[in-house]
Amino acid sequence: MENAKRNSRALRRTLRRRKFGMFVKQVVGNRMALAGVIIIAFFILMAVFGPMIMPFDPTINGETVESKYNSPSWEHLLGTDSLGRDVLANLMSGARVSLFVGISATLITMILGTLIGIVSGYVGGFVDNLLMRVTDFFLVLPWLPFCMVLAALFDKNSIWNIILVIGLTGWSSTARIIRSQTLSVKEQQYVERTISIGAGKWHIMFRHILPNVFPLVFSEAILIISGSILTETSLAFLGLGDPSRPSWGMMLSDASSGAMSVGAWWCYIIPGACVVLVALGFTLMGYAFDEILNPKLKTR
Amino acid sequence: MKLLEVKDLHTWFHTSKGEFRAVDGVSFDLDYGECLGLVGESGCGKTTSALSISKLLPKEGYIKSGTILVDGIDYTALDEKAILSHRWKDVSMIFQGAMNAFNPVKRVGWQIAEAIVLHEGLSQADAMERAGDLFERVGIPRARIKQYPHEFSGGMKQRAMIAMALACNAKLVIGDEPTTALDVMIQAQILELLEGLRRESNMGMILITHDLSILGETCDRIAVMYAGKIAEIGTVDDIFNNAMHPYTKRLIGCFPNINADRSIPSGIPGYPPNLINPPCGCLFCPRCDCATDSCVSECPPLIRVGEKHFVACHRTEA
Repeated sequence: MENAKRNSRALRRTLRRRKFGMFVKQVVGNRMALAGVIIIAFFILMAVFGPMIMPFDPTINGETVESKYNSPSWEHLLGTDSLGRDVLANLMSGARVSLFVGISATLITMILGTLIGIVSGYVGGFVDNLLMRVTDFFLVLPWLPFCMVLAALFDKNSIWNIILVIGLTGWSSTARIIRSQTLSVKEQQYVERTISIGAGKWHIMFRHILPNVFPLVFSEAILIISGSILTETSLAFLGLGDPSRPSWGMMLSDASSGAMSVGAWWCYIIPGACVVLVALGFTLMGYAFDEILNPKLKTR
Repeated sequence: MKLLEVKDLHTWFHTSKGEFRAVDGVSFDLDYGECLGLVGESGCGKTTSALSISKLLPKEGYIKSGTILVDGIDYTALDEKAILSHRWKDVSMIFQGAMNAFNPVKRVGWQIAEAIVLHEGLSQADAMERAGDLFERVGIPRARIKQYPHEFSGGMKQRAMIAMALACNAKLVIGDEPTTALDVMIQAQILELLEGLRRESNMGMILITHDLSILGETCDRIAVMYAGKIAEIGTVDDIFNNAMHPYTKRLIGCFPNINADRSIPSGIPGYPPNLINPPCGCLFCPRCDCATDSCVSECPPLIRVGEKHFVACHRTEA
């Protein structure tokens, strides 16, 4: 008896390890996924450890005229900007802000979108109609002006407000996708069976439907992150960021007023490239994970 | 008091063309520990009758009239919330396609424990322990409660489904074609298992099938349904050896008899009537050999012909 239990546990562990091993193998075998993972891993490492090893404080300005717009040198690997701040140090702390905002905003987006999608799809009827009209409203709104208005309405000095603004505006497409998946899961016989054992709506929605739509939520989330990072950059570029935490968008915004005219390319090309690379990395990862996790897209 | 009393049940469906009378005036009862077989061709209201009991009808379906007493409680009077606590605790079901009755992303044991946690408020660990006991009762190794449905074979899933039906010690188990999707060997095993479990725990059982041969072995009584009504109901002996209703006779004639001369089973020509605004007479008369004028104009009532034997046919006396 005990033996059988232990055996089954060992078997399970092996199976799980094998499953995870398969996943890793597929990620490594998929060039898109591998590229995405490498890019994102690079930026995450940079965000986490970069500021720890950098000798310069990104917020401290240079004292003299000579410290402004220094081109890349051994002292300042990526040069300095209009205020004499080290660009690499700025870039690293900017990576923290961008990734943090991107991931937190996506978390809000996914929670809202999944909740609304599942409830709307499963409950149906009036609730579905109501929720979908709200979704349509958010879907057709031009998001950037809407974000700007919202960000301006809030006390704009906080990073949390930016996260909230991005999170509250981006959930509509997720809600649509999750709703349509819920509609198909809801017709499965195991849902009927769960109803017949006397389970309530919430039990069915969160114990049975959620795990079945989760792969979709996951791959959708990764795609949404890159959008959130781009939105954060745009808002910061437009001056709606948190001034106490320099982000890539803010670096671009600073560069647009001076660096462009003096030809200090390191002030705008580098943060711009970082934004593009991170967005690309998450997008690649999103598509590749979708391919790996979504059985319908699996290549044979 | 009987375990189950269904009295004059009418279950209709809203459709765009009118009211579909899936079940139209069905009455039967069931004692503790008894097994009743519901048989008939597709669309004759077998499953709808069973689903009406614990109100699991699709949203177009509704109980027009009639009462359903389970252990003395009138289920038709319970509202949506009140019936939740009765489902599975009093009446459980074994579903037709056990293949699809398990959530593919949840462990089988968890899904069985689910019902126990819901109804008896046990902790997850205790419920899993019970699920393990149930697995052993239906002949699956205990260790497999931790596996996922795709790791089970078809027959095993059906056994797991039976374990689930037993989870809360339901007084009444409804088997909706519990063996239809299985091969003959497994079919026999499953039926034997059900029979044993029924005797062991004195639960009532309703077996729904269109395979008469299954019912002969496992049931005490058989109800033959046609077009939403009961055509004939009686003990296994009454139905197999003393069938009165022409439909029952023809239905039995559809199965080859091992003792008879070699002949091709006859089949029943024609189709069941459309149940949206059905004609008023006996619904079987267009397909019946011995129909008379009264069959066309008058609906035959269910009349008693033996101790437990009832038939709805005008030609019974003749």
